Amino acid sequence: MSATTAPAGTTRGIPARQILRGAILIAILLLALLPLLNHLPADSAFRVSDFTVAVTGKWICYAVLALAIDLAWGYAGILSLGHGAFFALGGYAMGMHLMRLIGPRGVYGHPVLPDFMVFLGYRELPWYWLGFDHFPYAILMAMVVPGLLAFVVGYLSFRSRITGVYFSIITQAMTYALMLAFFRNDMGFGGNNGFTDFKQLLGVPLNTQGARAGLFYAALALLAGSLVLCRHIVGTKLGRVLVAVRDAESRVRFLGYSVTAFKLTVFVLSAVLAGLAGALYVPLVGIINPGEFAPGNSIEAVIWVAVGGRGTLIGALLGAFSVNALKTWLTSVAPDLWLFVLGGLFVAVTVFLPRGLIGLFRSAAK
Amino acid sequence: MNSNITRRAALAGLGGALALPAIRPAFAQGAPIKVGVLHSLSGTMAISETALRDTVLMMVEDQNKKGGVMGRRLEAVVVDPASNWPLFAEKARELLAVSKCDVVFGCWTSVSRKSVLPVFEELNGLLFYPVQYEGEEQSKNVFYTGAAPNQQAIPAVEYLMGKDGGEAKRIALLGTDYVYPRTTNRILRAYLNSKGIADADIMEEYTPFGHSDWQGIVSRVKRFAGEGKKTAIVSTINGDANVPFYRELGNQGIKAEDIPCVAFSVGEEELAGIDTKPLVGHLAAWNYFMSVEGAPNTAFKKMWADYIKSDKRVTNDPMEATYTGFRMWVQAVEKAKSTGVDAVREAMYGQKIMAPCGYEEVMGTNHHLSKPVMIGEVMENGQFNIVYKTPNAIPAENWSPFIPENKNRRG
Amino acid sequence: MEKRAAGQPAARTIMTRILPLLLVLLFALPAAAQDAFLDALPGLAGGFGTQAEAVERLGAGGDARALPVLRALSDSTLRKNGSTVILPDGTDAATGRPADTAGAETVRINNRVRSALRGALGRLQLVSAHADERYAAADSVFRSRSADNVAPLEAAIARESVPRVKERQQLALAASRLVAADAAVKRQGIATLGEASSEDARALLLEARAANPDMTAEIDRAVASIDSRLTFKRAAETLFQGLSLGSVLLLAALGLAITFGVMGVINMAHGEFVMLGAYTTFVVQEACRGIPWLLPWSLPLSVPAAFLVAGLAGTALERGLIRHLYGRPLETLLMTFGVGMILQQAVRLAFGAQNREVLSPAWMQGILSLPGGINITQNRLWVIVFSLLVLGLTLAAIRLTRFGLEMRAVVQNRRTAATMGIRTGRVDALTFAFGSGLAGMAGVALSQIDNVSPNLGTGYIIDSFMVVVFGGVGSLIGTLVGAMGLGVLNKVIEPWAGAVLAKVAVLVIIMLFIQRRPRGLFALKGRAAEA
Repeated sequence: MSATTAPAGTTRGIPARQILRGAILIAILLLALLPLLNHLPADSAFRVSDFTVAVTGKWICYAVLALAIDLAWGYAGILSLGHGAFFALGGYAMGMHLMRLIGPRGVYGHPVLPDFMVFLGYRELPWYWLGFDHFPYAILMAMVVPGLLAFVVGYLSFRSRITGVYFSIITQAMTYALMLAFFRNDMGFGGNNGFTDFKQLLGVPLNTQGARAGLFYAALALLAGSLVLCRHIVGTKLGRVLVAVRDAESRVRFLGYSVTAFKLTVFVLSAVLAGLAGALYVPLVGIINPGEFAPGNSIEAVIWVAVGGRGTLIGALLGAFSVNALKTWLTSVAPDLWLFVLGGLFVAVTVFLPRGLIGLFRSAAK
Repeated sequence: MNSNITRRAALAGLGGALALPAIRPAFAQGAPIKVGVLHSLSGTMAISETALRDTVLMMVEDQNKKGGVMGRRLEAVVVDPASNWPLFAEKARELLAVSKCDVVFGCWTSVSRKSVLPVFEELNGLLFYPVQYEGEEQSKNVFYTGAAPNQQAIPAVEYLMGKDGGEAKRIALLGTDYVYPRTTNRILRAYLNSKGIADADIMEEYTPFGHSDWQGIVSRVKRFAGEGKKTAIVSTINGDANVPFYRELGNQGIKAEDIPCVAFSVGEEELAGIDTKPLVGHLAAWNYFMSVEGAPNTAFKKMWADYIKSDKRVTNDPMEATYTGFRMWVQAVEKAKSTGVDAVREAMYGQKIMAPCGYEEVMGTNHHLSKPVMIGEVMENGQFNIVYKTPNAIPAENWSPFIPENKNRRG
Repeated sequence: MEKRAAGQPAARTIMTRILPLLLVLLFALPAAAQDAFLDALPGLAGGFGTQAEAVERLGAGGDARALPVLRALSDSTLRKNGSTVILPDGTDAATGRPADTAGAETVRINNRVRSALRGALGRLQLVSAHADERYAAADSVFRSRSADNVAPLEAAIARESVPRVKERQQLALAASRLVAADAAVKRQGIATLGEASSEDARALLLEARAANPDMTAEIDRAVASIDSRLTFKRAAETLFQGLSLGSVLLLAALGLAITFGVMGVINMAHGEFVMLGAYTTFVVQEACRGIPWLLPWSLPLSVPAAFLVAGLAGTALERGLIRHLYGRPLETLLMTFGVGMILQQAVRLAFGAQNREVLSPAWMQGILSLPGGINITQNRLWVIVFSLLVLGLTLAAIRLTRFGLEMRAVVQNRRTAATMGIRTGRVDALTFAFGSGLAGMAGVALSQIDNVSPNLGTGYIIDSFMVVVFGGVGSLIGTLVGAMGLGVLNKVIEPWAGAVLAKVAVLVIIMLFIQRRPRGLFALKGRAAEA
């Protein structure tokens, strides 16, 4: 990990950065404590409920998604409004694995076919379902499928020099088209209901405290790993070229760099991260369905990054956690008014805090 | 007129949430009984689900006026799962694990129910689900107070094929592409085949959610009807797509006398958004209509009008199912003398109630309610003219005999 | 009903033979019908089966007094008290004297009765003084065909002077002949129907085919002749459906073509402005309810109102927020997404989550029949006309007015325009207001074909962006061609791919197309396409 190079565009005062780094470390440690606190007796003041563990696990997956978006948008200026699609595809790969693991415990007791296939009259597994009974294959697919889609869409777009809002609109159409396609029951992905009622993963029943803690740590490890990876990337030459592409694409091209290759690399990498986040998200929330492809979801994920502060990896994390925590809280406290608060926050941050919460923190630290 | 209700609901939710920290410890005798409300208040399903949220709040208020349940006050906890299925699961867990709700009324779509089901089973919660659905499910943690397919779809098609319904010989099955229409149509196809209607005389077509351009499909139905046999449409079109569909039917001049259309998801609430004149005579099959006559329904309608402070808002079948489910739960709690889920479950079996539909309904051990089937024709005022009723409430067959795989079913 | 000819008791068959004769007699001697009329009348107060039979008898009787009774029954204004049938004016239908209305209830009917009613009313109204009623009557008799109708129809055709009514009556006659007992008469009917070009006629022939195995050859010929015309008719109708979908896309996208195409502002709340327009239509309609003569005109009145409301909302958004974000299109996109959330929830709280009913004026309902049997739905036709009108006005505003000139100047070179004395800020605000107003007008049209609900706009936003990008950003003609092209493409794919795959296919085609031509169909020359 090359922590020596500052992320581009963030050469601020040293103390602020050190405070931040310390804060992240403490935050991750605190997060790591959560599942342990879940084991305390019910009347303990420090006990953390199952709900908190589950919901925090979900936020961690969102944070990885935000990190992936920030890498592409904050550093390379590629604003994809289709990252929800990569996330969902990763989720579907894991969902297919979980469905295969149900085995004969489904309602209709078929040894191989998931319930919905028995029901829709499938005689055998479609070819694209083969192999998903193996965990490593499912994880591989959770990376390969989003990566491949990102490669195709990215290659076609970057080669034609489609940038800025045009790229955003295309990726939005991509996730929209995928959503419509996955809604179709004839696709073999369970239609609107998607996949649910999972039983186990890696031999562990899913509806236990232990399984949730395990998934939580897996998500946390993914988050830490992604953070390290992203920091490494933005610190290397690749990262600096990306920032240059973001700020003046044609100049970089005139300098002889293959802009397409650089953008493609980071876009595919970002999609793979999103896919992995989705793969962990599914066993945590217990359902995956085409609603995850909804264009609104992708936009919201981008907004987390904007709220936290784009172009600073920490900002993405901060944004994902704070917006989702706010949403969880508000949908219970003010079920009729939460959209006003959240919508207002999005407006206020983009207009008044162009650098996001991190920017606010930095100017305060200065 | 409306904002005042929603504000009240918002305050109720706010009150519920603020009270959370205070009730963290185990209940003392006399602490309020918590009733969770898990209906979408925003997003695509808000259109249908907000009325159910209001119904539950009305029931809670009414029960408290009567002195609560076992002398304990009821307290509603309202959350907004925002038509987002993973959020449904999260909110269900919150209602059960954090708010410690003794019972939850909620869900509309099948996918939302499927999403919360593992949570209710894991935490041994109690869910009342008030909407007609495709069946093929039975959980010990859920009571289904809406219709199973044999309590809605099959009697409706029987009616269409009978003398009063026009003796249809050819059926167009139109639906939104999700599990309820797919299952219902599968059952109906098997049923129609068993009645001697060949596959060539059945048309089946699915559209995405919120489909708004029905020109092509309605013309195809017209063509389908042009084969010289009396044709009828069976619609499992969901939610928002209905208004444009009916507009297109009306505009293409399809009259109920020529091609009657019977719908399973269109009630008074949906008709409130449409000019119903061109639709007169088209049908809906439900277990309750607002136009049902009799004292129980008059009382129910008055209660609703008083609560919502408007005589324009209609009642509909899922609202009635919510009402019935709530009353039954109260009876069961009083019988069990406990809000414990296991005790209430046992007490629920065999509970009887005189429902607003005018029939005595019984909760079966299969967790489904016996219900009468009614067929109504749309009238100009947006209400239904009931043209057929079963003589008795029919027990639910949640595992349809028309689905061969049910033979291999576990348990 | 259609089974009746097959296996009826002998008495009925004799009835059907005698009835035409009887009918002619009864027209001449109304007094003699008295018994039949009074006999049949109480049946209307019975069950659906009894009602249907009574209606048929009343229709066959031809008594002039049956007409008001049957009309009242069909408008659900007929009441009953025991077995007494009461007309809307409170008189006993049998005696004509005031009836005891205490405890009277409306007579309810079902489809079976309604269908009998249509035939009966049709038969009685064949001699109506109004051409429209006679046309409708012929139509009803066509649908409720019965051999009894042959004689009255022949009599009616002999008297008829209006060609379109006569044509309809001839079809009805053919349909009735088809169920006649005499083979020669039947063949006449088959020949006439074979010249029609409607699905209905085809359906009748196919139905007759099953009942008349001896005439299969003639019927097949007639059906083939109809089919050859139907192919053209169907192609024409598909084209119309495509254009109609295209016009909806055009309306939804026109505002974007201004705000995004010309100004480069990505307004994700655009769909919500469309929704505001639809709700304005609802509000104007409710305001007009108090003034009955104004109600049919509430829709045209809504057009300027919706333009104003959405335009004002647009101005507020531009002046209040967007102007701080010029040059940062991606941030604008995110910010307006938040605005969209707020607008949706605000409308949901103000109007309720339920759909709101916007009526269609009578002139927008029903079908317009073109030569060749091509049927076009009126409301869709109006939407097409409206979309073209709005496009024309927009083009005129940009090309011919001072505001349009200033707008183009600011777009081409902001600084130069400012030095020429153009208040660029004001032009920005007006341009954005104009684009938003167009969205509001789209909302008026959409209120006629879609739900008026808080979610109305979300369904159109992505399609609109695709249309603008596909057509070529900044080109209104491109938007027109793009919208219509995509609409027709969608409708052509739909029959064999299904509605969902058709939409997916169109999206993929656009995405691939944009890769080939990033600037869309009609790229503006000389402007940087890079944002």
